[in-house]
Parts: sequence; structure tokens; C-alpha cells
Amino acid sequence: MVHLTAEEKSAVTALWSKVKVDEVGGEALGRLLVVYPWTQRFFDSFGDLSSPNAIMSNPKVKAHGKKVLNSFSDGLKNLDNLKGTFAKLSELHCDQLHVDPENFKLLGNVLVCVLARHFGKEFTPQVQGAFQKVVTGVANALAHKYH
Amino acid sequence: MSLTKAERTIILSMWDKISTQADAIGTEALERLFTSYPQTKTYFPHFDLRPGSVHLRVHGAKVVAALGDAVKSIDNVAGALTKLSELHAYILRVDPVNFKLLSHCLLVTVASHFPADFTADAHTAWDKFLSIVSCVLTEKYR
Repeated sequence: MVHLTAEEKSAVTALWSKVKVDEVGGEALGRLLVVYPWTQRFFDSFGDLSSPNAIMSNPKVKAHGKKVLNSFSDGLKNLDNLKGTFAKLSELHCDQLHVDPENFKLLGNVLVCVLARHFGKEFTPQVQGAFQKVVTGVANALAHKYH
Repeated sequence: MSLTKAERTIILSMWDKISTQADAIGTEALERLFTSYPQTKTYFPHFDLRPGSVHLRVHGAKVVAALGDAVKSIDNVAGALTKLSELHAYILRVDPVNFKLLSHCLLVTVASHFPADFTADAHTAWDKFLSIVSCVLTEKYR
């Protein structure tokens, strides 16, 4: 369970309301694939991932990034029940997609970097702290049904 | 793991900008570390860790100065940081997991101060460079 203070919850909600989920999703997933190239192993069907430019402008990466971040958004609406919210996705990632849960931590931290880049000073240490709790909670929830 | 020529160029050119705000960046990275990862405060029981404290500012400046040394000897980071490596191995003995945490907070700080420069390529270069620095600092642990 994620334990955010009331202040942290409102900081997260306030910042998230300004996030362009479509853009940020694509950028976060793209950066994951660029900065940690071994994560490309899950995306053989995505076409051209041959260079950072190719990856960041790849339409499949953008579309999938959007999907991932919309799902993350759902999590933000259910911080008291992340495990329940992500139960089905957790099973999918284990049984069908075979994704090492370590990747959820990598993506979570990349997302934090992207938020810092977009929000600058507004992404204070306290706001970052709140988001680190959220991304850890989501990563744990996604790993929860692994067996 | 080593830096490509292009990555070295990115680090060197960004360092020019970073060094103009070096102390502030070091201090902010430490603030982020202690806020997001409170367990890291256990290494500083002797410090006043409140935001704005002299301890934080002095130590933040030290950390960034050391990174600057590594940047200036980017082809021989191990040589540049020999003394620091020994300090961390024999005296400080900071658990290796914490280098990843501080590296992440440094990335976040750089991203927030230099959004236009922090491209995906720059993100990669910095992540790699900080990994190399972390490796050097833990190299003599055992």
C-alpha cells in the first residue's frame, strides 16, 4: 500500500492535472528504450528502433507510451488500492508478456525524470518524493501477481 | 561500459552550463535524495539536513566539485577519483545501492534545470557517466 500524506496526495493530483498524458507517455517509454536499450527486447514488433531519433519519433512507441501512461493515470485515481487496480495487468505482464519486474522500476524512474524536465522548479524535492512513492507503489502492484 | 565520443562531448558541453550553478545543483540533488529516500539520511547523523542548511550547501558543493574532477578527466575517471574511491571503501562504506539513488537524483536535478539540453541522448550519456563514477567509487569495497 502507498502511504502518501494528504499534502503529497494533493501535490501529485495537482501536478498530474497539468500532465499531457499522451506526450509524456511517449517520451517516457521512448527514453526507457534509449537509455536502457536492453528493454527493447520486449518490442520486436515496433519497427525502427535503430537510433534515439528513430525511437523517439516511432509512432508505435508513442501509441504504446500513451496506453501505459493512461493506465498509470488510473492508478493515481486509486492510490488506496493499487494492487487491486493493477491485478489483471500484473497477470498479463507475468504470464503473457514475461516482463522482468525490474523494468517497472526503470520506467518509473524515467517517468520521474520526464516530469522533472517538463515541470522544472515546480517539480520540487517534495513533489518528487511523492511521485517516487507512487511509482514504487505501481511497480510493486504490477509485480504482485507474479509467480 | 564506456562513453562513446558523442556522449563525452555531450557531458563536456553540458558541464560548462552545470558548473555555473554547481553548488545549487549539488545541494538540490542532496535535498532530493534525503526527501525521496529518507534512509540515506542515516549516513549523516552529524549533519543539519534541513533545506538551506550550511551542511547541505557545503556538502552539495563538494559532491559536484568531485563530479567536475571526473568530467575534467573523463577518459580516466578512476585516476581522478582514486582518493575518493579509497575514502568510500575504507572510511565511509556507503552501501553501494545508494550510488544509484544519488545518481537518479542528480539526473532529476539536471533535467529540471536544463530541460532543453536534457535530450534522450543526454539522459543516456549522464546515466552512463554517473554509473561509471559509481563503479569507481565502489571498486575497492572488497
